[in-house]
Amino acid sequence: MNLKTKALKKSLWVYHMSGGSCNNCDIEILDCLTPKFDIERFGIVLVGSPRHADVLLCTGIVNKKCVERVKEVYKQTAKPCVVVAIGACACSGGIFREGYQMGGPLDKIIPVDVYIPGCPPKPEAMIAGIVKVLEKLK
Amino acid sequence: MVLLVFSIAGMLAMWLDRKITARLQFRVGPPWYQNFADLVKLTGKETLIPEKANIFMFVTAPVLGVIATTVAGTVILLVFKKQVSFPADAILILYLLTIPSLAIILGGSASGNVLAAVGTSREMKLLLGYELPFACSLVISAVKSGATTSLSNIIQFQQQNGAILGSFSGVIGFVIGVIALQGKLGFVPFDLAEAEGEIAGGSLIEYSGLLLGLFKLTKAILLVTGPLFLISLYMGGINLSSASGIIAGILKYVLILVLFILIKNTNPRLRIDQALRLFWGWLTLSGIAGILLAIAGW
Repeated sequence: MNLKTKALKKSLWVYHMSGGSCNNCDIEILDCLTPKFDIERFGIVLVGSPRHADVLLCTGIVNKKCVERVKEVYKQTAKPCVVVAIGACACSGGIFREGYQMGGPLDKIIPVDVYIPGCPPKPEAMIAGIVKVLEKLK
Repeated sequence: MVLLVFSIAGMLAMWLDRKITARLQFRVGPPWYQNFADLVKLTGKETLIPEKANIFMFVTAPVLGVIATTVAGTVILLVFKKQVSFPADAILILYLLTIPSLAIILGGSASGNVLAAVGTSREMKLLLGYELPFACSLVISAVKSGATTSLSNIIQFQQQNGAILGSFSGVIGFVIGVIALQGKLGFVPFDLAEAEGEIAGGSLIEYSGLLLGLFKLTKAILLVTGPLFLISLYMGGINLSSASGIIAGILKYVLILVLFILIKNTNPRLRIDQALRLFWGWLTLSGIAGILLAIAGW
């Protein structure tokens, strides 16, 4: 493992995109940054632009309006980047699986590296997911 | 060499900033090598150049910022080390310290993004805002040390007569300098140019990879040169010839840095009109009052 990969593992910048979620997963993502979990210890920060990101977190069923946007954001992200599907909706469609507005799930649109199921997943589950991301980067 | 020293010092200062911020929020905070890891990671990332961008300006702007801050730092270090100085070098440093902001403006407007344009226009107004009180702060120090704008003369005056911070107008000048520098560094009450929440990183929104790393480096170096400039204007500079002088210098620097971080963590972001009113109103007025007091000998 070379120096750059090592540095990447120590400093994951996360861009958080919502593909039509109910906002519950998004709140749980922000929980990871609170004093109780504090993932800035491991160098993980939220950034405002996909250009800065190393990890794309996507929540929600990607609805039909969002499909093009999600593809666009994925193209704009500087590679190497890891895509993480957060929540039951992004992983499989969840309860909206049969819905008329269903454009996803996420892995039909862009390649997904890590799945974190749950409705919403607990912050602990997300930290476990981060560990999987780190393994993926080897 | 100077670039290396300043980058390492700046990265450690940035780490101190993040760590103290985390401790104030009852968090643990990142390890000391965090910013080095960030920079190394950014060199390994893909550098994307947007279709609409002016490629030449987009690539030159971050390099310009690093060069300007390093040159400013070199001038200050030379004054500290060898007392080499030329007339009006304080004004030269004042000019050099505006270039990082200009680099952000150039880069932001070259990137052809709407949000970057919003960030750039805010940065421009902010630049117009804080330069005036910062210049007032320099003038107070210059008047106090016998109407000289040579940095080594200002430092020599303070070594003979005690730091300018000890006098009444010196305190005014120092406070103005700290607040103006806070704006220059883009720390929180004045971080509206790169507001993450609303305009997604502002002027830096289109930057990625190495070029973004250079902007981060510029900010890290500015975090060293800015306070060093204030130290030489108001706290008698740093004596690099003896170990005790170096330790005292580091203590002075950390004191100013902690002041910045505390202001950053206890204030909400100002709107652009509020920031301008603060800079052009209260700070400039008290700056002028400070100059008059300094002329009167207070």
